[in-house]
Amino acid sequence: MRVAGHWRLRKQRLTLQGEICPVCGAHIFPPRDVCPECGQPASTPYTFKGRGEVYSFSTVYETPDHFTKYKPYTVALVKLEEGPIITAQLTDVDPDEVEIGMPVEMVTRRLTEEGDEGLILYGYKFRPVMERVGR
Amino acid sequence: MSTRLLTPTRSVGIIGYGAYVPRYRIPAREIARMWTGGKGGTPVREKAVPGLDEDTATIAIEAARNALARAGIHAEHLRAVWVGSESHPYAVKPTSTIVAEAIGATPYVQAGDWEFACKAGTEAMQAAIGFVGSGMANYAMAIGADTAQGRPGDALEYTAAAGGAAFIIGPAEHALAVIQGSLSYVTDTPDFWRRAGADYPSHGQRFTGEPAYFHHITSAAQALMEEMGTRPSDYRYAVFHQPNLKFPQRVAKMLGFTPEQIETGLLVGDIGNTYSGSAIVGLTAILDEAQPGDRIFVVSFGSGAGSDAFDLRVTDKIVERRDKAPRTRAYIARRVEIDYGMYARLRGKLVR
Ligand SMILES: [Zn+2]
Repeated sequence: MRVAGHWRLRKQRLTLQGEICPVCGAHIFPPRDVCPECGQPASTPYTFKGRGEVYSFSTVYETPDHFTKYKPYTVALVKLEEGPIITAQLTDVDPDEVEIGMPVEMVTRRLTEEGDEGLILYGYKFRPVMERVGR
Repeated sequence: MSTRLLTPTRSVGIIGYGAYVPRYRIPAREIARMWTGGKGGTPVREKAVPGLDEDTATIAIEAARNALARAGIHAEHLRAVWVGSESHPYAVKPTSTIVAEAIGATPYVQAGDWEFACKAGTEAMQAAIGFVGSGMANYAMAIGADTAQGRPGDALEYTAAAGGAAFIIGPAEHALAVIQGSLSYVTDTPDFWRRAGADYPSHGQRFTGEPAYFHHITSAAQALMEEMGTRPSDYRYAVFHQPNLKFPQRVAKMLGFTPEQIETGLLVGDIGNTYSGSAIVGLTAILDEAQPGDRIFVVSFGSGAGSDAFDLRVTDKIVERRDKAPRTRAYIARRVEIDYGMYARLRGKLVR
């Protein structure tokens, strides 16, 4: 993807910004300007809270070139608290610890780098929800 | 008015704070196994290592989100997001714009990266005190974060770690800790450096101790206590820059602080030296425990060289705010031990 394409996606990737449908109230991610529930135009920005649970998952051992450095990693369908199901990498978790229904929270991490001299791309991933109080 | 204190026009304090420490730990004995056959003592027990998808920007973002959660303000009220680090992901392109965008503080915000070895974060805090204290802004965020690297086999490899802390400075009446006084003490002292384009730093061996770390911290600390009219026993807690376990213990003793005063904020044994995060991640661990009325003494150190010293008093707002984000000890408890092979992969010393 060209620099402009990454730049246009920055709110979506960095802050989990989607949309809310002014007609039926559906929460939409990724933003697509037409509500998938009622077909009406939807363009009111909405920043998702970043909490959800693992709906299904798969661990990737053979990866596209950009992601070789990170393999193996787990990709999940995450059902957000507000409703939408989105595809995202899991992080800070061993593949054999992942379970369907596991509560997860959004973090911002490196997605990939365009070689040694290109852009570093940051975006959302999900990790198991942290305990709040340490021992 | 004193000539040494940095005195804002209006009183300011910490509105919210947050820390982040990656989950991977390499024990110092595992590094010693590689280079000395496991012989000899080690300067820390273990250190925090960033995951493959972590860097100074991602560490700063999570610490910043924790600070916002505790402050209870929306990011669009921040007029500055400043990131101090010696390991910014880009040589040219600010870390702070990435952080500001990720937390929702853009576009009407100051953004800038600060550099001063391990005190870049407290340098940004001093500037934030001025920014808010002058009335230019109501809220400013100062962050110190690093993913420090040591040359394989060098003494620094045992301690160079990853982590960070973020602070929102705002008006004293909204603060969970009021900043009662601060000053900076700086000289041109070449104890540690890294030239542009070099992967690993160089250091002046034993020169790093007396004329650098100890001189700057004790000078800043004594000047601040003179200006404030205080003695070590007036503080419930103290925290100093932590390049290893011995230095902060020794500097505390030199100044007259007890082991009990520094215990809560002394994290280096468990997470290593988080560089720009070192003293201030320790401060977050203290704020996690402190009670209203407690007085906290903070002195950072950055090679090159200088120290920032702060006198804080905790307010009753700490009680309702501290559990709105994970405590620093929760990050430390989230520990996954790795061996030298995995460490080499995570730190880019082993590339396919
Ligand atoms: Zn709709």
